[in-house]
Amino acid sequence: MPKLNQDSLQKIDFTLNGVAETGTAEPRMLLSDFLRNVMGVTGCHVGCEHGVCGACTVQIDGKAQRSCLTLAVQVAGRKVDTVESLAGRENPLTDLQQAFKTHHGLQCGYCTPGILMSTSEFLDRNPNPTEEEVRDMLSGHLCRCTGYAGIVNAIMATIEERQGKAAAE
Amino acid sequence: MKPRKFDLVRAESTAEALAALSESGGNAKIFAGGQSLMAMMNLRLADPDVMVDISQVTELSYLKEVGDKLEIGAAATQVELLSWPGLAEKLPLLHQAIPHLGHFQTRNRGTICGSLAHSDPSSELPLCLATLEGEVVLRSVRGERVLSAADFQLGMMTTAREDDELIVAARYPFKKPGEGFAFTEVAQRRGDFAITAVAAVASGDVTRLGVGGVADKPTAKNWTNLSDDNLDEELNAFAWELGGSDDIHATAKYRRELVRRLGRRVIEEAKACRS
Repeated sequence: MPKLNQDSLQKIDFTLNGVAETGTAEPRMLLSDFLRNVMGVTGCHVGCEHGVCGACTVQIDGKAQRSCLTLAVQVAGRKVDTVESLAGRENPLTDLQQAFKTHHGLQCGYCTPGILMSTSEFLDRNPNPTEEEVRDMLSGHLCRCTGYAGIVNAIMATIEERQGKAAAE
Repeated sequence: MKPRKFDLVRAESTAEALAALSESGGNAKIFAGGQSLMAMMNLRLADPDVMVDISQVTELSYLKEVGDKLEIGAAATQVELLSWPGLAEKLPLLHQAIPHLGHFQTRNRGTICGSLAHSDPSSELPLCLATLEGEVVLRSVRGERVLSAADFQLGMMTTAREDDELIVAARYPFKKPGEGFAFTEVAQRRGDFAITAVAAVASGDVTRLGVGGVADKPTAKNWTNLSDDNLDEELNAFAWELGGSDDIHATAKYRRELVRRLGRRVIEEAKACRS
């Protein structure tokens, strides 16, 4: 049974945004701090650090989760995707990101990466949600600019566009 | 807002987790999803010397029908329960309550047994356990015991679990023919802790109402032949029995009013959907 000493640095092999990576962390290190400070992936934003605000939401094995309530060592062998995974370095924005831009779905932008990571999983599982379901999904995120109207509009526009494309095919 | 240092045991079996608990001398904490405990750690409200991670213990990650109950292993997540195919038909109360439990992002990781272990008095899963008269299975290197919800839930974030015990499973009783169920709650935001949550079961001439968020633990009461004429009076008496106190979210008076109003609503709904 692996018992990790509190002061020992653990080697963490995992897949970060589609690329095999290795980092080290003490047992107490949160995944949010590990991603930002060890792996340099600063798209994972740290807000409340107790699971309420949703800014730090990333996908672990494809499921949106709070990185501030996850230990870095727990992602060993797993697949972690942050907002950086959505559009590659050379690519334009994804349709969802473009809709956020078009519909003013981000103001200061602090909550945006978490919302994008939740929404992208949510729309994969549920491609044609109602606005009520979208608002329910967004209840897991706080936007202190209170710009929810733009966020909801951006997500609804993405759904409509995807549905239109699906119907045309 | 970071946890203090701790040794971490990444258990690969139930036996390893129980051994780690036994060896720790009482200052170890079990976690799987961490949706309650990691927040407590970050806030330094919990400061164990040893953390025992059971999220990888595959033998604890299951949902299975055992007799007239659904047995839920310690590592099974809330999203797994929500997507269990028989949920709406066999456990209608949980089917109604789970969407109020946190957010999909926390249900993706949070476990059922973790929520029961945390035992927040306003949380949905402990309320459903109390209302449905479910039970929990506690195991240690000393042996195993099964406690009813009433014997397990002792008070504000307090359960009968001993320091060396692991909640290996929880059991929620299935709907019986003729029963009707209803759940609702008032919270500041969908998914937040409820200011008051209510759950009702109606069956024949028996009505049972469970209330969370008022007393220091989820509390249920039974009535026989409860008529519409004396419902308000009975709910008022129950609201006063529950006590409740003022906090930053609501006054005790407001909570009593919620018990009266929401209580009536769920009892009427539960009676109407008996089948």
